[in-house]
Amino acid sequence: MSIILKAENISKQYRLGSVGTGTISHDLNRWWAGIRGKEDPYLKVGSVNDRSIKADSNYVWALQDINFEVQRGEVLGIIGKNGAGKSTLLKILSRVTTPTTGEIKTKGRIASLLEVGTGFHPEMTGRENVYLNGAILGMTKKEITSKLDEIIAFSGCERYIDTPVKRYSSGMTVRLAFAVAAHLEPDILVIDEVLAVGDAEFQKKAIGKMQDISKGEGRTVLFVSHNMAAVKSLCTRAIVLEHGAIVFEGKVDDAVDFYISEANAIGHKEVYFNKSHRRGITDHRLSMIKIIAKNEKTTIRGALKFDIYFEVYQNIQKAVCLTGSICALDDTAIGSFFTQNMILKEGKHIVELELPNHNLSVGVYYLNLSISKGSVENSNLERMDHAYQAIAFEILQMEDDGDYISNWNGSWGNLFFQSHINLTTIEYNV
Amino acid sequence: MTPQDQWLYTISSKHKLIDLNFKEIWRYRDLLILFVKRDIVTVYKQTILGPLWYIIQPLFTSVIFTLIFNNLGQISTDGVPPFLFNLAGITAWNYFRECLTGTSSTFTTNQSIFGKVYFPRVIMPMSITISNLLKFGIQMGIFIGFYSYYAFQGQTLGFNNHIFLLPVYIVMMALLGLGLGMIISSMTTKYRDLTVLVSFGVQLLMYVSAVPYPVSEAKAKFPSAVAVFVEYNPLTQIIEGFRYMLLNTGTFSWSGFGYTFVISIVLFLVGLIIFNKTEKSFIDTV
Repeated sequence: MSIILKAENISKQYRLGSVGTGTISHDLNRWWAGIRGKEDPYLKVGSVNDRSIKADSNYVWALQDINFEVQRGEVLGIIGKNGAGKSTLLKILSRVTTPTTGEIKTKGRIASLLEVGTGFHPEMTGRENVYLNGAILGMTKKEITSKLDEIIAFSGCERYIDTPVKRYSSGMTVRLAFAVAAHLEPDILVIDEVLAVGDAEFQKKAIGKMQDISKGEGRTVLFVSHNMAAVKSLCTRAIVLEHGAIVFEGKVDDAVDFYISEANAIGHKEVYFNKSHRRGITDHRLSMIKIIAKNEKTTIRGALKFDIYFEVYQNIQKAVCLTGSICALDDTAIGSFFTQNMILKEGKHIVELELPNHNLSVGVYYLNLSISKGSVENSNLERMDHAYQAIAFEILQMEDDGDYISNWNGSWGNLFFQSHINLTTIEYNV
Repeated sequence: MTPQDQWLYTISSKHKLIDLNFKEIWRYRDLLILFVKRDIVTVYKQTILGPLWYIIQPLFTSVIFTLIFNNLGQISTDGVPPFLFNLAGITAWNYFRECLTGTSSTFTTNQSIFGKVYFPRVIMPMSITISNLLKFGIQMGIFIGFYSYYAFQGQTLGFNNHIFLLPVYIVMMALLGLGLGMIISSMTTKYRDLTVLVSFGVQLLMYVSAVPYPVSEAKAKFPSAVAVFVEYNPLTQIIEGFRYMLLNTGTFSWSGFGYTFVISIVLFLVGLIIFNKTEKSFIDTV
């Protein structure tokens, strides 16, 4: 095995806030330091990339001292939470931007798929766009011509290939774009979650094609995704990024386990809410403080119990209720609940929440939690405070129960339905 | 050979002053052709007149210029039919203008592509210059048509014997437009003020570049400071030279030609250096 790509001390600094006022003065300072042969004065400042903590400087390190090597023919997964630095790393790998310090050395051509259909022009026909998109991705006209039939067949858009792309449905555009991308033949392929497109049938086809590329053709692939199942099935090795640094590197199964347990704070009994939990909250009359899981690990037949602490700053006339949704790790909602109404007076409160008969199958889930005003019946609920991924919890297999539920298979889904049957013997006499 | 020598390329923040990788640009030549094709083809998709629009714009502008500057304003064109005089100026000016405005927005209009995939960025302004060259060719065809018409009508028209310099003038126009455009496009990634400046600045520039009047008129009627600016403006040199070649009107000097040539090359190189510096990480500031 030989090393095909090597990243050495990659760091990337970004400036926070808007580019505008003050940019000229910083640019001039940099330029002046450069003239005197000194180091960039703004490289010394900058804080660790954690979006939940208020920064004390205007510069932030999106990546810091990233080192890794990729072997020829290896499929490396890159996983991490939103804002961990995955996309920045991909941008540097695909030469869209340069690292602030450090360097990446490569022995092969890198083609990147950060998006499908880059450069598609709506006025041009499917066929013309295949050529244009292929050329943008680094193919020559000859290569595209030799694969054109294959690409068109894979996309399933034969009938519309000479129609302008603006007449396509969005699904067709994506199919055609993915078909072009799938027929790239670079030494190293960098892919960012392009699998999350198209309908179920096409996704299956796409994942199959990805597997062919990585396993069958022995191509080197760097794959970034939130979809742990896809990462597990495609990759051999993975690195976990957190706050711009590599926190784990190793076999893909270990990495995924590490990511799920560490990065998602499973097993945390108590979570204090901070800025990273809140998305677009307008009401300042109350705020949730923390959540305590009374049983952060439970079984299919157990109940989920939480204590939620919150503070009300002024009396609220309208009735409010607690609403929430339970999501899988990839953010797909499994289901929601709406509690009965409460009238809130100024002061600090604890509300005990219980979800009996949750029916969730084995796995790890998030609870997204809101306090809302309005009524569910008129469907005019309005969030007053919201905690995204407030807490994670795990549903375990039952050890003392010998029935089939204790060996839950992932393909059975996320819900376990109670069932009853009634068997009667009848006679057919039509 | 040590293992370090085998690396194909390195991604880092360091780079040379002029980092033009011709081998790489050659590898992407099909992309260049496809971009040119896209620029040409998509402009007249779903229009009735199609490529005729390339012809209509300079014709109508010339008619208006003739009405205002020559009929109303009594500007002399040294015996050349005013319409032909204006058409020559406008055809040349259009090429420069299109190159400048096209390339000056390279980074901002293509940020969605540039932000997702790598290819030599310089392909983009190159494709704009080439596709505009094709439009320029069409407009030159129209000019030649009218030229023949006037000649047939008995007008005494003649090419100048310096006509062999015409291609050089075209190259200079392209280099000036491209150079200025690349400088502006690089600066607009951080400071958007320039986009506003370009849109009306080009319009004003046309009036001080002797497009609707000959230099002799400017010298005779403008205040001396303005006249000097008009005369030594490299764009004036190009426009005036262009008309001199085709219509045998105005003045030509080798020194004027020389410094315009040097300025074009210098501006182009400066533009290329700034463009090279910007392309590496403009996506962070755009």
